[in-house]
Amino acid sequence: MIALEELLQKRILVLDGAMGTMIQAYGFEEADYRGDKFLNHPCTVKGNNDMLSITQPDTIKEIHRKYYEAGADIVETNTFSSTTIGMADYQMESFVYELNYQSAKIAREVADEFSAITPDKPRFVAGSIGPTNRTASMSPDVNDPGYRAVTFDQLVEAYRQQVEGLVAGGVDILLVETVFDTLNAKAALFAIDGLKTENNWSHPIMVSGTITDASGRTLSGQTVEAFLISMTHIPLLSIGFNCALGADQLHPYLQRLSTQSPFYTSAHPNAGLPNAFGAYDQTPEEMQKLIESYLADGLVNIIGGCCGTTPDHIRLIAEVAAKYQPRTIKIDS
Amino acid sequence: MSYTTPHLMLSGLEPLHLTPESNFVNVGERTNVTGSRKFLRLIQEGDFAAAVAIAREQVLGGAQIIDVNMDEGMIDGVAAMTKFLNLIAAEPDIATVPVMIDSSKWEIIEAGLKVVQGKCVVNSISLKEGEAVFLEQAKKIRRYGAAVIVMAFDEQGQADTYQRRIDICKRSYDLLVEKIQFPPQDIIFDPNIFPVATGMEEHRTNATDFFAATRWIRNHLPYANVSGGVSNVSFSFRGNNRVREAMHAAFLYHGIKHGMTMGIVNPTLLEVYDQIPEELLLHVEDVLLNRREDATERLLDYAEGIKTDQKSDASKKTEAWRATSLQERLTHSLVKGIDTYIIEDVEEARQNAHRPIEVIEGPLMNGMNVVGDLFGEGKMFLPQVVKSARVMKKAVAYLQPFIHEEKVEGTQSAGRILMATVKGDVHDIGKNIVSVVLACNNFEIIDLGVMVPPEKIIETALAQKVDVIGLSGLITPSLDEMIFVAKEMKRLQVRIPLLIGGATTSKAHTAVKIFPETLDTIIHVNDASKAVTVVNNLLNKETGPQYRLDIRKDYEEFRNKFLDRSATKNYLSIAQARANSLQLDWAQYTPPVPKHLGSHTLQDVDLSLLLPYIDWSPFFRSWDLHGKYPEILSDAVVGSQATELFDDAQKLLKQVVANRLLKAKARFGLFPVNRVGDDIEIYSDPQRSNILGQWITLRQQLQKRAGEPNLALSDFIMPKTMNKIDYMGAFCVTTGFGTDALAKKYEAANDDYNAIMIKALADRLAEAFAEYLHQQVRTHYWGYAPKESWTNEELIKEQYSGIRPAPGYPACPDHLEKKTLWELLKVEDTIGVRLTESIAMWPAASVSGYYFAHPQARYFGLGKIKDDQLIDYSKRRHISELEARKWLNPNLI
Repeated sequence: MIALEELLQKRILVLDGAMGTMIQAYGFEEADYRGDKFLNHPCTVKGNNDMLSITQPDTIKEIHRKYYEAGADIVETNTFSSTTIGMADYQMESFVYELNYQSAKIAREVADEFSAITPDKPRFVAGSIGPTNRTASMSPDVNDPGYRAVTFDQLVEAYRQQVEGLVAGGVDILLVETVFDTLNAKAALFAIDGLKTENNWSHPIMVSGTITDASGRTLSGQTVEAFLISMTHIPLLSIGFNCALGADQLHPYLQRLSTQSPFYTSAHPNAGLPNAFGAYDQTPEEMQKLIESYLADGLVNIIGGCCGTTPDHIRLIAEVAAKYQPRTIKIDS
Repeated sequence: MSYTTPHLMLSGLEPLHLTPESNFVNVGERTNVTGSRKFLRLIQEGDFAAAVAIAREQVLGGAQIIDVNMDEGMIDGVAAMTKFLNLIAAEPDIATVPVMIDSSKWEIIEAGLKVVQGKCVVNSISLKEGEAVFLEQAKKIRRYGAAVIVMAFDEQGQADTYQRRIDICKRSYDLLVEKIQFPPQDIIFDPNIFPVATGMEEHRTNATDFFAATRWIRNHLPYANVSGGVSNVSFSFRGNNRVREAMHAAFLYHGIKHGMTMGIVNPTLLEVYDQIPEELLLHVEDVLLNRREDATERLLDYAEGIKTDQKSDASKKTEAWRATSLQERLTHSLVKGIDTYIIEDVEEARQNAHRPIEVIEGPLMNGMNVVGDLFGEGKMFLPQVVKSARVMKKAVAYLQPFIHEEKVEGTQSAGRILMATVKGDVHDIGKNIVSVVLACNNFEIIDLGVMVPPEKIIETALAQKVDVIGLSGLITPSLDEMIFVAKEMKRLQVRIPLLIGGATTSKAHTAVKIFPETLDTIIHVNDASKAVTVVNNLLNKETGPQYRLDIRKDYEEFRNKFLDRSATKNYLSIAQARANSLQLDWAQYTPPVPKHLGSHTLQDVDLSLLLPYIDWSPFFRSWDLHGKYPEILSDAVVGSQATELFDDAQKLLKQVVANRLLKAKARFGLFPVNRVGDDIEIYSDPQRSNILGQWITLRQQLQKRAGEPNLALSDFIMPKTMNKIDYMGAFCVTTGFGTDALAKKYEAANDDYNAIMIKALADRLAEAFAEYLHQQVRTHYWGYAPKESWTNEELIKEQYSGIRPAPGYPACPDHLEKKTLWELLKVEDTIGVRLTESIAMWPAASVSGYYFAHPQARYFGLGKIKDDQLIDYSKRRHISELEARKWLNPNLI
């Protein structure tokens, strides 16, 4: 099998699109979420998409399959919220290892199916590591700016459990994504680096931050460049941006990142900005055109979609990505 | 901005780079319980709000990193460090800069590392407890994502000789880089700064050993930085700040020369090396550099002398003017711009007065009259007057509550003056200066600000019964706006004298174009010092009416003379002018191909890069000080004033740069083009697949001497008929974001001086940015002059190849070109600079224009054009003749 880094030198790799958007289309109800395993779970679990990897594994596999068919090189595991912190809302903290392990395992199976058919286009699995729903460097209480709802140590412990499950389940890459607070991401990197050293793992790490609005900063206030500097202490495969913005709004920030990143760059923007009903209307064709401008400017090495994107979006993105050379890492001088 | 070589990069909310080119980095030392008693007390008492304020002062005072230390026996260091760092993380103005976590206790360091999102610095670790602990801590620091200060300290103790310093640093470096692959650029050595002049023989070489070790480290340990706690060196001179400050400055000067890259200092307590008195510097350096056997004794003697000197001198002076009468003291404060005693003196005056208002009308106005007289006689200069105004404002602000209490109507003013920058224009430096000067002279100012529509000016003037209206504007469309205001006043039969001012205004324009529209007096006043005289004359009850008649006569005559003169000039038809266009040898010319075609954005350029490009002469002009920089600093008449102004500017500039108070952003592009007639077509690519837009240039029509061409900017571009592609560029730079907020802050603090100063500096930075960017384009982005190297003076004289004319300026007075430029470059979307309805740029401190590369391209003035070109132009521009007339009015015959 061709190594990931070797491939990245040759072409632009394609990441999959949204998981949540796809799951929504199946219209699962409480009972579907519970399945047999959680029949008697003490609280409501509808909306806990990550647990579907255990209770509806065929559906999740089908979604992965659709993205690989559309041309994705990398799919993300269904584990965005699978930490003890994220699962606390559903009283499922004790299932964190299993959630990550199962999600990784089923994605691995689908990837291997495809790699077997097209050995020249190997497929990869990235373990999705979300930001959790708490911020380590901001207070949720406006009257008490010194307060923190989560500590660095709590985050490190939560991320360690998640990563152990993901790696055991067979992921190729660890993807720390939707970073809105850099300190959360630093805790994730701290956990990953510790585990890698202890276990002699060599999994490459992708980091993807989130620029929340036109201020060009993360939610925790950092500029693109400050974010980049705060993330470079651990060797990364790639750094990039995802979520919050559509491809056009993200363009200037990606440009800045691209000129300064010593790593490969990635982007998986939303399908535009949400409409009044919170849905995303950007068509695959519209998004393809915007993504093409990234490619023409030589900004990215890995490209995919976030909220609102579907296999149709990814198909057109993969089509256009094949036409362009990947970004070469050349830092502005 | 060299990112290609490894260098230390840190971050708070914003990045901090330490490149080989960057200046010395100041680390603020006051948020340290071991160094600041005040900070210690605040932490002990749990007054964290006040402790956070100290951090803010440090950042505002120029600290680029803040050192935080909670090492005190009575404090729970882990809790205090965590709480304090969490609190400053919530203050964006502090959190902008990186943090230095300073502790000798590992658990406190680690507590700090767990709450900082940016890349911070740990201060410090060392080999004190052996290699194992040292490496374990370094590994952890790396995993947390921080840089580290390594102290020259080992199992035997702290390094106190040159050899020990370099041995320990080398050993530490090798362990870090080789054993655990610690990035060498993230290592900062602290080779121990120890006190000098202690009287101990072995301390004589403390400074020289540090310097030598610093140089050795920089030469032998690649990419590592060197820092130190500077205050230590002058420990023997506690209580003598004059010597300490001089010693710190001299130490830094030599330290930096030897390769010191950062230092922990109190940025607000630093003497400038060049300004240390020669004798003091000699003694200090004798000690630091260990140049004489008796250096210490000599410095101690000298220090004793200046200590007493200083005291007696200063106190003598204080006594001298503080012992005078109350009026003299107030006058002294106002004339000298000293605000130290003003409240106390005003209070004394208030108690003596029957009514608080009398303090303003009496003693304070007396003092301001002295200021006004001195100013009128040219014995005081504008910056001083503005400082006087600052003191006056403070005094008035103090009295205001007492006056209100009395419920007495406002003071009797000399007259009420409305000031406004006209619609579409955002420039207000000049207007603000005139306002301040008039206010100092007891005129009541109603300042409507910028972009004021004519109806608001007239409405306010009538409602407030103003005596004079002052109109200001900088860009050429403002000239027409002023005519419009005058016409409206005429239509509504409003008879109020008009003052006209601003960079593009002139007596000629005022007399010829606005004067015919006025019912009352109109006067062009381009000089703040003249404004007071003019307004006094206008409003004088006895001589005023005659003065107004005289002025009207003067303007009438001026107008007639001007019209006579211009009538004698000959103009060509546009066809004739085109036939006489410049003919360059296009067949022999190969246009240089830009290395980076297309549009580019620079979002946050380091302001310090722009400093060398500043052209200071216009800065002095904006303060009514005329002369060329740097000669003006030693000018016999205005020299001392210019120097003082310049120093104040440097101070503010330093703050602005260090704290990135202004944002420098640029958008520019290089495009394939060809000339078609007098237009320039802009293409999407060298194959001309799409036409992105076109520049419309205007041609001189004044009849020239034989052999002289009638120029248009398009003459410098390859004609399409040559079948060869040419290139040109366009740009917009700004340093204006942040100006308004700062100016407002100063205004709110009654500090008009700095409010005006920041705007003047922003303007200078914008021009410097344009110069800098043009150079980058010539040497890099376009790259047709990769090796040029000009001094700033030569740059100002524009000795380089290629030009960057700006729409609105003499060669291309058509402001509408800016609209084309904005669309082509998507300027507003990318860097946020927008165009007002009069097509002025907002923020005001912005510059936009074109780039032409042809070696024969040069600046020229369009001069007047005839109606035939105007009509032709309106067709090319697809606008009505009437609208075209409006935009090109100042250039029509």
